[in-house]
Amino acid sequence: MNNADSNRALLEGAQKRWLTIGVAGALLCAAGGFMNAEQFFRSYLFGFMFWFNLTLGCLAGVMTHNLTGGDWGIATRRQLEAGMRVLPLMALLFLPILFGVPKIYEWANPEHVAHSAILQQKAGYLNQSFFGIRAFVYFSIWLTLANLLYKWSGELERNPSLAIVRRMENLSGPGILIFFLTSTLAAFDWVMSLEPHWYSTIYGLLFIVGQGLAMLAFMIAVTTWLSNRGALSEAVGTKNFHDLGKLMHGFVVLWTYGSFSQFLIIWSANLPEETIWYAHRIAGGWKLIAIGLAVFHFLVPFFLLLIRNNKMKSNILVKIAGLILFMRFVDLYWFISPAFNTNGLGLHWLDLAAPVGIGGLWLATFYGQLRKRSLAPLPDPFAEAEQAMERA
Amino acid sequence: MSTHQTTTSSLHGMMAEFASAEELLDAARRTRGAGYRNVDAYSPFPVHGMDEALALPKSPVPLFVLIGALAGTALGFGLEYWVSVIEYPIMVGGKPFFSWPAFVPVAYETTILLGGLTAAISMLMINGLPMPYHPVFNVERFSHAMTDRFFLCIEATDPKFNREETKKFLEGLHPYQVSEVEE
Repeated sequence: MNNADSNRALLEGAQKRWLTIGVAGALLCAAGGFMNAEQFFRSYLFGFMFWFNLTLGCLAGVMTHNLTGGDWGIATRRQLEAGMRVLPLMALLFLPILFGVPKIYEWANPEHVAHSAILQQKAGYLNQSFFGIRAFVYFSIWLTLANLLYKWSGELERNPSLAIVRRMENLSGPGILIFFLTSTLAAFDWVMSLEPHWYSTIYGLLFIVGQGLAMLAFMIAVTTWLSNRGALSEAVGTKNFHDLGKLMHGFVVLWTYGSFSQFLIIWSANLPEETIWYAHRIAGGWKLIAIGLAVFHFLVPFFLLLIRNNKMKSNILVKIAGLILFMRFVDLYWFISPAFNTNGLGLHWLDLAAPVGIGGLWLATFYGQLRKRSLAPLPDPFAEAEQAMERA
Repeated sequence: MSTHQTTTSSLHGMMAEFASAEELLDAARRTRGAGYRNVDAYSPFPVHGMDEALALPKSPVPLFVLIGALAGTALGFGLEYWVSVIEYPIMVGGKPFFSWPAFVPVAYETTILLGGLTAAISMLMINGLPMPYHPVFNVERFSHAMTDRFFLCIEATDPKFNREETKKFLEGLHPYQVSEVEE
């Protein structure tokens, strides 16, 4: 069996395994939905947001690499592209949220709006039809970016030319800008508006940093998995993992910086309409989660990633990446769930079933996309383009 | 000029000049392989893999920076605690005297400050800088180490150093030129 055949078998196996988990999880969620529709939509939003963030992180990763270059992106290019190609699935999986708006969001409940002057003022923006239109616009923009970049990188592989590299750069520059804007607005619409009286301007950035962090941790995990099974070229090695580890270290600090900035400003001002967000998130058992975030989303990975060896050895790095992915779940849960459980920790079994079900479908699509192109790392577009120019 | 010194002892070492970073890296590996220990390489930019090729000991600078940075955290936080809680307790905005979230930005800055200073100072000390005189500059072409040339120097303190044999060995690496470095 040659390498291409064994790779295909490996990815097909992974795809089938995750599809089974995804379908089982989806059936469980559907059953849960019939039993308790309200809880279903809340858990579904949480599960959706985690995998959606990872997808957008991959899109941002591709655009960033188009602009900056670097070995980290050459080694993970195929994985990043496959991740960004899950966007159509995420657009499809957004539909249940659209139907669940009245069950999820306070601003869609006419009784609540009737009692709140602020919500009446905000109704011009926070209403069901405009919510749907905005989501449609966001997804159209992201899908356009992802499709064009994927098409062009395919052209680049078949026929390297500087013109294609320039075209990818020219789209990625404004693309990053648009991505920041749309991502921020999506975070406002889909999660921040769970508590419609409250707002924070750094909120979108917190989500974007979370997307980058999830993307890097997932890239380390999947690249280690592929490389341990001999599916990647031997060129992918210590240096790439060292780079990815350093980037993840940077993002851990950035996450802490953003999260603490928001906390410090709200804590300093001490205004009731702002502190309520944190009051809900340290009520009862939530306080333990908040302390856990400081320890396991910052302190532990920060000091572990200070050690050079931990970043260079993929089998150590992948464990830290696993911790970070898990803490991304916890952080997101701490963002979303206290909006519904304001008095303390309230874990429902659907909160586990939804991310597992959506995750199964996500990973099955991811491995399916990964099969479509050779796993060989993308050749350095600049070196390739220069060689092509020399030949001409 | 002292007369009791032998010719070998007035020599700092033997230096070979190379045209590229790859050649320098290869030469460094082969020099280590031939059993030389007191070897140094000079290049206009950091050459990736040179630490391993020369088997240089791990730099202690990161450890010093960690200690300096943690000392900075303790110092900044301690100063704020002492000022706000012990020596000049003033009620601000109805908050407790020990309001740790407000201490974090300053403690963070002193962490960076002491960490950065420790990095710069310990790096200079470990390198023996500032160093007004170094024998390698006696080789006229060594000024090219700043721009476009790569140098490997086997120092005379090396137990295996022998004027004739070391010169012959370096010439065997096909350098651009081999020169003796006067003390």
